[in-house]
Amino acid sequence: MSPAPIFSAFRQALGEAWAGGAGALLPLGFFAGAAVLVPLGIGTDPQTLRAVGPGILWVALALSSLVTLERIFQADTEDGTLDLWLQTGAPASAIAAAKTFAHWLAAGLPLALLSPLLALMFQAEASTDLLRNAALYGLGGLAFYFWGGVGAALSATVRRGGLLISLIALPLYVPTAIFGALSMTHGPGSESAPLFLAASTLFALAAAPFAMAAALRLAAD
Amino acid sequence: MFSWFANPLRFMRLSNWLAPLCYALAALLIGWGLWQGLWVVPKDEYQGGDIMRVMFIHVPAAWLAMASYMAMAVMSFIWFIWRHEVADIAAKSIAPLGAVWTAICLATGSIWGKPTWGTWWQWDDARMMSVLFMFFLFLGYMALRASMDTRQKAARAGAILAMVGAINVPLIKFSVDLFTSLHQDSSVITADGPKMAAVYLWPLLASGLGHTLLFAGLTQTLMRAEIWDRRTAQANAKLMAEG
Repeated sequence: MSPAPIFSAFRQALGEAWAGGAGALLPLGFFAGAAVLVPLGIGTDPQTLRAVGPGILWVALALSSLVTLERIFQADTEDGTLDLWLQTGAPASAIAAAKTFAHWLAAGLPLALLSPLLALMFQAEASTDLLRNAALYGLGGLAFYFWGGVGAALSATVRRGGLLISLIALPLYVPTAIFGALSMTHGPGSESAPLFLAASTLFALAAAPFAMAAALRLAAD
Repeated sequence: MFSWFANPLRFMRLSNWLAPLCYALAALLIGWGLWQGLWVVPKDEYQGGDIMRVMFIHVPAAWLAMASYMAMAVMSFIWFIWRHEVADIAAKSIAPLGAVWTAICLATGSIWGKPTWGTWWQWDDARMMSVLFMFFLFLGYMALRASMDTRQKAARAGAILAMVGAINVPLIKFSVDLFTSLHQDSSVITADGPKMAAVYLWPLLASGLGHTLLFAGLTQTLMRAEIWDRRTAQANAKLMAEG
């Protein structure tokens, strides 16, 4: 078995994510748009915004991962790329993981990098904490993308699969969202929360590719 | 052992008398449990007075919410490995019932919570959150099955999702447990035996067993309906083929 199909899946996914309209700008626009709606909805009181800011960014990150994931496996199912990949003998789990990772790289990571700016708009103090939080958003986003990828692979043959992905993936997002939001507070348990966040991401990286592979073999049938 | 149960004919023969038996025993046990719970046992002022009588539905529903998801995941696993159709039919039939009992658990919990804790819903309560996500897992499972165009695909997709959900349930449970919990700890299953007074314990156990039997009976009825449905489809196809 040569690893070539895995690299080609990675390159294809990266190109797809980047070229599908304005590179990383589109998911960034969605992320910023979702976050910016919040002050309009809950009022502009600086105290409130400072309290809810990190949580809002987690929600916006989860939503934008769902939106970008909707079609990552659907196009491959429709045009036969998936069948070819499955015939190469490369493990389907590695191909699925490479594709999901590429989408995180093209859409998830830019959101994490943008998060300090949005955090400032939510009245956070400018400090190195914002960079630490950006790293946590990146880490949590990786778990979001991998669990969301399971939903995307399961609904690859379903028309209008986006709503289905949300329903399937949201319960799987819970641990990551809780550990992530907790690690940005100063409440009880917040010291160990980043470690739990990292653990839940590692768990997603370990478990999700196999579920995606099983779902993709189903989609190719 | 799984293969023995995997024979649909054997299942039909078994459930033909087992399902009615489950219903009859369930009616007796739930009836006795509710009669004891609603009229006989003294009310517990510490748990909100008369409202604590909702416990005789709430606790069995909570037990079934957890147990039914696990049963669905185990059935999915058996189907995924050994491809026994009856296991898939069982998983498919458990899902809507599990969702209903989970909803009952949430509703009765809210009704109990309002007078005792002063709130219908508490976001940082670990158990409420886990049961709510369990409910979403059931809904997602049913929605996914419904969106697949063939039975075989629905079975495969459902099995994958149920197993992914099952490995996530402990993690979800653990993560919501990190929040401080308003909910009282279990007083039935503890290391040194039940802490609950016997006058409450027996009606509760009867009600719990009754709900479990009712659940088992309804599962068998839904499974029988599904098997009849498949047979009808087969007979129809045969008729069509013969012209």
